[in-house]
Order: sequence, then structure tokens, then C-alpha cells
Amino acid sequence: MEVKFSQEQLDKVKEIISRYPEGKQKSALLPLLHLAQEDFGWCSVEVMDYIATLLHIKPVEVYEVATFYSMFHMKPVGKYVLEVCQTGPCMLRGSDQIVNYLKKKLGVEMGGTSADGMFTLKTVECLASCGSAPMMQVEDAYYEYLSEEKIDEILDMFRANAIHRKEHFPGRTV
Amino acid sequence: MKILLDKINVPGINTFEVYRREGGYRAVEKALKTMTPDQVVEEVKTSGLRGRGGAGFPTGMKWSFIDKTSSNPHYLVCNADESEPGTFKDRYLMQNSPHSLIEGMIVSSFALEAKLSYIYVRGELKFIIKILEKAIAEAYANGFLGKNILGSGYDLDLYVQPGGGAYICGEETALLESLEGKRGNPRIKPPFPAVKGLWASPTVVNNVETIAATTWIVNNGGAEYAKIGIGRSTGTKLISACGHINNPGVYEIELGLPVKEFLYSNEYCGGIWKNHKLKAVVPGGSSVPILPEELFLKTAAGEDRLMSYESLSDGGFATGSMLGSGGFIVYDETACIVKNTWNFSRFYHHESCGQCSPCREGTGWMERVLHRIEFGKGRPEDIDLLVEVAKRIEGNTICPLGDAAAWPVAAAIRHFRHEFEYHIKHPEKVMDADHVYQPGMVMA
Ligand SMILES: Cc1cc2nc3c(=O)[nH]c(=O)nc-3n(C[C@H](O)[C@H](O)[C@H](O)COP(=O)(O)O)c2cc1C
Ligand code: FES
Repeated sequence: MEVKFSQEQLDKVKEIISRYPEGKQKSALLPLLHLAQEDFGWCSVEVMDYIATLLHIKPVEVYEVATFYSMFHMKPVGKYVLEVCQTGPCMLRGSDQIVNYLKKKLGVEMGGTSADGMFTLKTVECLASCGSAPMMQVEDAYYEYLSEEKIDEILDMFRANAIHRKEHFPGRTV
Repeated sequence: MKILLDKINVPGINTFEVYRREGGYRAVEKALKTMTPDQVVEEVKTSGLRGRGGAGFPTGMKWSFIDKTSSNPHYLVCNADESEPGTFKDRYLMQNSPHSLIEGMIVSSFALEAKLSYIYVRGELKFIIKILEKAIAEAYANGFLGKNILGSGYDLDLYVQPGGGAYICGEETALLESLEGKRGNPRIKPPFPAVKGLWASPTVVNNVETIAATTWIVNNGGAEYAKIGIGRSTGTKLISACGHINNPGVYEIELGLPVKEFLYSNEYCGGIWKNHKLKAVVPGGSSVPILPEELFLKTAAGEDRLMSYESLSDGGFATGSMLGSGGFIVYDETACIVKNTWNFSRFYHHESCGQCSPCREGTGWMERVLHRIEFGKGRPEDIDLLVEVAKRIEGNTICPLGDAAAWPVAAAIRHFRHEFEYHIKHPEKVMDADHVYQPGMVMA
């Protein structure tokens, strides 16, 4: 796959760069990494090099940043990445059980991707949703007050492709 | 008394139209048309407002440190990184009433004579970023942002900047590094951001809740704000309550409310879930010391503890804690303090930026030692080892993440040493029952 943004995305890149004063375009790096990951799925070296050319910075300036932040995937992931919060307040309300249930159900270890390539399972740290624990993030949405039944429903929904990547309603907390 | 959440249940308050109809953006009109920037700073000073991000530094004083002799532009950056475990108040406010933050950003930027401001939101909150961008677009469309706002001659551009997933970027100088497109490594201070901040220009970084509170102060005056609350803890505070309680959620309280009322009244936390007994509370986010029930409800001197900066820290770390970010985490009698402490240590180890050796290495040590205690492989000398490692991190790092990692460990051992000893003495028991420490297991 060739690594290149569509014209629409390139317009967006231009708009993002315009948010900073002249010559400070490096500030657009995190927004661009997010944009690229949405499009290309993960931050391969090719993707990072492409961003470096867009911002007129050295590739290493992109690598050192992309690897610092936990949201950027440094290897390919499943179609949906399930990011379960494992920090204290979620643990108090059963995140361990949720993680174990997902491992068993998907037949994967932490960080692994299910055999059908649909789901990658990850744990993450506190997502500012401790009052609705246990919870996980999948793409833009937070899935809160999780239980085993709810996990079943959510996975079925993704499997049935009821929620497609681009149609995903942002801001939904389920 | 509610200041930030008084309109939160009005249907449509997330839209410009309803927010404006309910009296929103009056503070912008008042400040830009009838006040000078210095007058706004003075009102905020008079109000006694203190930073709501955790440190509680007086906001007006921070603003007055802005280097006016610099020829560089000034910047205001809002800290919406909210990653301190137990804290979800900023997200709640931005999600439900985004214009409360936008209006606060406009009056605060005016006070600081900033013409370009940013809201740095943790990257995971993509849906909040969309909500804020929509609200900002509405404010532009209605003439409250952009050139010559309300004909006052004041120009302001406001943008949202996403983070990338890193707790350390909540530390203000790491946040500025991140906003410059770099790794989130905290800077050595001085120089402070008020002198050299974003792009080496005078910058103020303030928490979401701090900025939102300035609107009310402009509308009603700093003196009125100072009448709310207790002593030097003026105003109201958002508390995000979670853990083993009946009603987890975000509550706005007048500072000075008794902690007992906050914990047990149905208006707030509604008591401990499942009719269990209270064991401990972490009152201000994962970084602040945990307190056992007795010391949480009453100070060492026997006075009722209040939800205020002073009362929660009464007794220092020996018998007190901190109000911190307002992340209020409650533990019932079944909670395992060892497991919880290990969990927090893992968090800090994961989030250490790695610049300073005491923090990078020390958080790893604490995590590994706590892990072996929790999983039945602890050694008798481990408890003192943990105390020693925590001591060596504290105060020896560029930024306070080191302290934030050391305090929870030191406090857990200070108040719950018997639980650690129990784990070490009875490895076979902690390994069953899902590693949950049961009350009454304490042995001499
Ligand atoms: C490790 C660390 C994480 C922090 N995280 C946050 C945060 O998520 N949000 C926040 O407002 N302040 C956070 N702070 C505090 C900021 O450094 C800074 O004091 C604050 O944004 C100032 O705003 P205020 O005066 O309005 O509170 C953090 C500090 C440290 C050391
Ligand atoms: S601990 Fe899970 S969202 Fe905060």
C-alpha cells in the first residue's frame, strides 16, 4: 500500500499546520500522527517518514515522538483495538475479571490479536472514566460499566460489523 | 452553592444557543467592554482562586508572574490532560458544558493579553476534542473568537491540541514540550513558563476547572467568590468520586464541606456500596497519601475533617493527605491495600518519562518488589526496602512525578504495614481468593 494522504486529508494537514505561528509546524506532529494512524491503521516506518516530509523535519524527530506516546501502534493491529483500563479505580470495580474474560473469549494473551484479525487486546492506564468502571476504549468511543454480558454484546456488534470504522458515532459512551 | 455545574442539567447547555440564553458569555462582554486586563487579574487575585489541577497554587499570583518585559507574545494553555487516576472532573465539564471552558479561556486570555491560546486535551478523549471543536466553531461564528471580538479591538484565536497518551504531559512543562511536537520530558525550572514557556515565550498553564471558574469571578467579582468556601480554600471544587461507593460521579462542593457528609450523604457519594464498611480513602488522586478510615474522618487532633486544602493536609503526611486534583477514591473493607499499591506503582513506572534515574529506576524497583509481595514471594526485608527506595526518589527528580510515585507507597506502608507483613508471612493465603486481602486476617 502506498503511503499517501488523500487530497481531503492533505487539506486537513494544511489546516492543522495553520494553527501554529509561522515556522512552528513541528507542533502539528501529534495531530498528524493521529490522522495517519486513523488512515493507515498503525505507524509504520513508511508512515512516519511520510509525516516527516510533510512537516519538513527529520524522520528521527517523528520516531522519537511516536514511540514515546502510548496511543501510537508500532506494529500492525486488528481491525478493532480493545483498550481495557487496568488502573486502581477500575481494578476496584472488576477490571481484572473483564481482562480475563476477554483473553479467554478471544483466545489471546495481552497485546495479542484474535485469529480472525478482528480484535487486538490491550490494557491501558486510567482514561478519566473511573466513575463508570470497569471500562474500555474502542476507537473513539468509551464503553463503560462493563460486565461479561455487555462484552458479549459489544463483540457481537463489532463482528456483525454493525459499527463500521468511519460511521462510528463519536462521543458515544455506551 | 454551585458555580460550574449550576446549569449542567439544562437540556442543550452544550450548544452555544442555550448556553448564551442561560447567561453565558456575559463575562466576555463585561471583561472586554468594561475592564482592562490588569483589572481582571486583580479580581482573580482577590478571589483567592487556587489552581484546580492538583498543586493549588494561587491563580492570580501565577498570572502576575507573566514577564511583561518580553517582546515575545504571551500564551495561555489550558491543561486538559486529565490523567491522574481517580480524576474525571475536567472531562465531565468539557463533555457536558464545553462553552464553560471556552468562555473562561476568552476572559483568561484577555487578562493575560494572549492572542493565541490552546487547549491541550489528552489524546484518548477524541470525542471531547470533537465537542470542543464544535463549541469553538460556534464561538467564532457568533463573534466571541477571532478578530476584534465584540468590537473591542481584542483578537483571539483558540485551538485544541491532542496529546498522544502520556500521563507525564499533565506536568506543565512536559505539556509545553508536547505541544511543541516533542517527547513529553519535563523541563528544568527555572525558567518558569511565565518567563519562558511555549516557544520560549511567556506562558500560563492552567487546569480546565481553574479557567472555567474565572467566568464567575468576572461576572460577580473576586470579593464575592472569596466569600464562598472556608479560609484560604475559597470557592467551589469539582470532586470526582469513584471506587466502592454507591454513587460514583462528579460533584461540585463548596470547599469546607465535612468529608463525612460528602461520603455518606445521598446528595454525593451515598455511602459505601453493598453495605460494606469503609477501609480507606485516597482523597485527591492516586498521587496523594491514602488515609485509613479513622484519620480520614477526623484529624489526629480529633476535629472533623473538611473538604478543603488545609483540613485534608492537616497533620502533614504523618496523619494527613491532600485535596490534590479532587480524585476521590474510596476503598471498602474487602480492598487489598498491597494490590492497590502495586497497581499504582505499575502505573507510575509505566508513566515515568525516563529522564531522571531515581524515578526511572526507582519506580521499576517499587513495582517489582510490590509485585512479589502481592504474589506471595515477598521477603521480610522488602517493606523497609520499599520505604528506602521511596525516600530516595522523593525530591530528587526534575518534576514532581517522582514524588507522586513515592508518596502512595510510603503512605500505604505507614498506615497499613500489617497488611504487607501479612502478605509476606502467609504467601499461601494471599495466593488464593483472587489475592484479595480479607479483613481480620491480620496476625500478630
Ligand atoms: C506528573 C504530573 C501530572 C500532572 N497532571 C495534570 C493534569 O492532568 N491536569 C492538570 O491540570 N494538572 C496536572 N498537573 C499539574 C500541572 O503541572 C500544573 O500545575 C497545572 O496544570 C497548573 O494549573 P492550575 O494552577 O490551574 O492547577 C500534573 C503535574 C504533574 C507533576
Ligand atoms: S481507573 Fe480506569 S478510567 Fe480511571
